Amino acid sequence: MVIGGTTPLMLAGCEDRLSALHPAGPAAALIATLWWVMLAGAAAILVLVLVLLALAFRRGGGPSAGDSRGEAVWIKGLGLGFTMTVLAALTAWGLWIGERLLPRPGPGVVAVEAQGRQWAWRFTYPDAPGRVTEGALHIPAGRPVDVRITSADVIHSFWVPRLAGKLDAIPGHVNVLRIQAWAPGEYAGLGAEFNGPGYRRHHFTVVAHDAAAWDAFLAGETP
Amino acid sequence: MTDKPRLTALRLHKALHPIWKNDPGWKGRFTTVNNNDIGTMFILGATGMFLAGGILAMLIRAQLASPRSVFMGPEVYNQIFTMHGTIMMFLFAIPFFEALTVFLLPGMLGTRDLAFPRLSSYGFWCYMIGATIMILALVAGVAPDGGWFMYPPLSSSAFSPGINTDIWLLGISFIEISAIGAAVEVVVTVLRYRAVGMTLDRLPIFAWYMLVVAVMILTAFPPMILGSLILELERAFDMPFFQAEHGGDSLLWQHLFWLFGHPEVYIIFLPAAGVISMILPVMARTTLLGYGWVVAAAISLAVLSFGLWVHHMFTTGIPHMGLAFFSAVSTLVAVPTGVQIFAWIGTLWKGRPELHLPMLWILGFFVTFVMGGLTGVMVAMVPFDWQAHDTYFVVAHLHYVLIGGYVFPMIAAVYYWLPVLTGRKRFFRMGEVAFWLVMAGFHGTFLLLHWAGLLGMRRRIDSIEAGSGWEGINLLASISGFVLAIGFALVILDVAVNAFVAVRGRRNPWNAGTLEWATPIPGPAYNVASIPVVASRYPLHDNPGLPVQIARGEGFLGNPVRNRRETLAVSVARAEPEFIAVFPQNSIIPFAMAVVTSVMFMAPVWKWYGLMLASALGVTALAMCWAWQGGSRRDEGLLDAGRGVSLPPHTEVPCPPGWWGSLFLLLADGVLFGSLLFGYAFLWTVAPNWPPPAILEPGGLGPVLAAGGVVLACAGIRLADRAIRKAGVPWIRLGASLAGLAALGAAAWTVFGGTTHDAHAYDATLWVIAGYVVFHAGVAGLMVLFLMARIRAGYVSARRFGDARVVRLWIDYAALTAILGLGAAWLPGWLA
Ligand code: HEM
Ligand SMILES: [Cu+2]
Repeated sequence: MVIGGTTPLMLAGCEDRLSALHPAGPAAALIATLWWVMLAGAAAILVLVLVLLALAFRRGGGPSAGDSRGEAVWIKGLGLGFTMTVLAALTAWGLWIGERLLPRPGPGVVAVEAQGRQWAWRFTYPDAPGRVTEGALHIPAGRPVDVRITSADVIHSFWVPRLAGKLDAIPGHVNVLRIQAWAPGEYAGLGAEFNGPGYRRHHFTVVAHDAAAWDAFLAGETP
Repeated sequence: MTDKPRLTALRLHKALHPIWKNDPGWKGRFTTVNNNDIGTMFILGATGMFLAGGILAMLIRAQLASPRSVFMGPEVYNQIFTMHGTIMMFLFAIPFFEALTVFLLPGMLGTRDLAFPRLSSYGFWCYMIGATIMILALVAGVAPDGGWFMYPPLSSSAFSPGINTDIWLLGISFIEISAIGAAVEVVVTVLRYRAVGMTLDRLPIFAWYMLVVAVMILTAFPPMILGSLILELERAFDMPFFQAEHGGDSLLWQHLFWLFGHPEVYIIFLPAAGVISMILPVMARTTLLGYGWVVAAAISLAVLSFGLWVHHMFTTGIPHMGLAFFSAVSTLVAVPTGVQIFAWIGTLWKGRPELHLPMLWILGFFVTFVMGGLTGVMVAMVPFDWQAHDTYFVVAHLHYVLIGGYVFPMIAAVYYWLPVLTGRKRFFRMGEVAFWLVMAGFHGTFLLLHWAGLLGMRRRIDSIEAGSGWEGINLLASISGFVLAIGFALVILDVAVNAFVAVRGRRNPWNAGTLEWATPIPGPAYNVASIPVVASRYPLHDNPGLPVQIARGEGFLGNPVRNRRETLAVSVARAEPEFIAVFPQNSIIPFAMAVVTSVMFMAPVWKWYGLMLASALGVTALAMCWAWQGGSRRDEGLLDAGRGVSLPPHTEVPCPPGWWGSLFLLLADGVLFGSLLFGYAFLWTVAPNWPPPAILEPGGLGPVLAAGGVVLACAGIRLADRAIRKAGVPWIRLGASLAGLAALGAAAWTVFGGTTHDAHAYDATLWVIAGYVVFHAGVAGLMVLFLMARIRAGYVSARRFGDARVVRLWIDYAALTAILGLGAAWLPGWLA
């Protein structure tokens, strides 16, 4: 899984702070793999369709088979059989991945809270009551983290492309997103739901600490 | 021998023309109810909106070309992209295919006009006036700026205090009238007004598609109209539908919007698919492969498209099991799409395709739309959408499907039907150049934007930042965007030039088999000189002499002795002649009513509620004049319809066209009501801060009034109906019905007394439900009064009781929704 997500990255170039295709955690990696497989499959299907289309012009209009044969081949075979097979397989795989990304309880899960507002993010930590950070979310590296996402005003969306997909912050609701960073470091995060004139600058950073630094953070030291 | 038929054809034309012609001069533009004229004006209007939306697209691309090309602040940029999306979706895409349908459908079906000519005119003018208002708002700098899906709370008054959002909510709702009107028309036209013998399995495939689309419009637009209405109520009167702290939920908007928004995408795609299914077989000199399969695919697409709106909400935190269902349906919808694609390719294999210009655009469609469909399947995968959602990946995807799947086929349609539209043949070769510019420009603009999205470029950002990693892609996209724009401009220029200077072509240049090619070009106002009899899907292939026979009046109604606008209505399934419909004369009422309706919709923007009420009265008065114009004061009995058949006029059949129109209008109305109950249930079960602090006490009076009212209203109209058919005097029975409706209204009124509209989303919802009941009781009551006046004036007799049937339908509807609505409102109180 991990490998599948990372190899094709070389294509992505160097500006990859926000790249969903340069995963730095298991969720983003799984999704990146899904993307590469879908891209290959889509390319193959596109080529198939275009070749069939081109051949229609190449055949010098031979005697055409009856409509019922045509229907069997084109509509039942390709239209129903082919599309259904491909789609069923893809959907099943997609759902399986989706299940794996859910925030299931487990050992070592850390909970943090993210609150979006126009145009900033505020983070709090149940493990360190009273601790509040603005614009930077601190997490331990290598451990699953559940972000409880809420909003103080309009709808926002919490998105750290290199770690996981996005999840909305909706007034009156609490949404929980599972993220995890493989290694300590800083990861760019974005507000990803349009929220008015300040939208472009609705950024934040995720800071992943190694175990020692995380303990220090919880103990109240300024990172 | 050869001269004689021409002579009769000419004489017939000379007889029909004065009956169907427009008023002279510029006044005729405003009073015309003819589908050819309205279609043409509609096409021009929608094309103008495409240009406007395109100019905004160019502003967007200029702004995003590089980090240094920024020339708009976010306040302006947000208006620009919102209006780009809004114009393209609501003012271009939907109106353009409606325009094409208004123009082409009667010809294809071999009939003389659409079912409700004045409704065509009203719809068109509502559209034109509404579109003008939206453009003026943009010029004045008060255009909406919350994105084309206007999510609250961003669009609530707390975060968007200006009038921008009100203009969107009210302006778009106003424009939807034209969509609903056109949909009612198309359904009734396809079901009732066709050539004789054109059974449902002989319908031109485009008519099938449009039937499906029209039903979809009737079922998809109401949720959004409801959403706009309640958001406007929240903004104007603080009714907290979307405010979490008072039991509202912003997710309710998303559900209502996407309940409309997703079917909308197929509402836009299916007409294009219909166009392709018409053109492609002709270009391949063959017939469509798998007609029945294609029809089934269109229908299943329509049905499925109502079950997958949640795929626009994958990131809102809905439980994964729920998402799994919607993800599966979203991929399932690709199956009927695949069936159509392969049916078309199979058609090409079956025939001998030729590369005329329309075919070229269809090939452009294939390449582009298939790619858009494939990325669509990708975003239907929940985990992938978590990354791609709200990025340029989605922007690219939606343009692949909208431009590839809609604009390209529409251009093919314009070139294909150009001979019908303008009666001329293409002359220059500018079209091919334009095609290649568009193809290169399009893929240059959007292909790599998928990639930018995956690199983290969010949609709707107002500029791109240096060092983001996607500057190169955006520069390329902007340059290509201008190439694309030049290409589209050339297409429009090419069509315009061809319309004005090219040589006159021959009839049916493509050798097509369907009836729109049977009339002279450009088509006369009456479309067909007589209603033909057909025996297959391709009547012109069976019988190349058909056009002459039609022109000579050898079909039905080929002898206009009664000197009024008549056409033939057929039975739904078997297309046997059923009655003669008499169409209205030219009229200024639709235009006047559109103007007054626009005042009614726009006055609340400035909170001029007095003006709103006054214009509502104006609309009612005009509607009554409108309805008064139809009908007859004497029994005509069976009339000669030609070909030895005698038929009654529409005034003397049990279910006149107005009844059919009402039926489908009530379908839309019923969906709106259903959405309202859905909203109520949704808030109750999902929204935060429920149950409400205080629950309405049903008491005794309300329920008694409601029960008595329902019985009285329904029984009264039934007994009156029976009396009318026996030539009896129905006054007392109609009076009883009226009293029943008044009791229903009073029952609903008790709800207002027991709740406070702005206390909680619960109260607010009950107010809307009660308001709905009061409104419908009122409308039905007005109809009863109208019926009484008609009876007095002699428009109703034992043979002419259609009006009473229409009123009965509305009363039944009012009673049914009152029971359901008030029951739902009182239920919690009863249970408590
Ligand atoms: C003429 C070529 C076109 C270009 C270059 C273009 C370009 C764009 C761009 C760059 C955006 C993204 C704006 C943003 O997210 O900030 C956009 C949004 C959009 N476009 Fe287009 N577009 C074109 C034609 C069309 C057409 C023909 C349609 C529909 C039939 C359409 C429908 C939309 C919609 C619905 C949005 C979303 C608006 C929103 O986010 O609220 N566009 N377009
Ligand atoms: Cu959708």
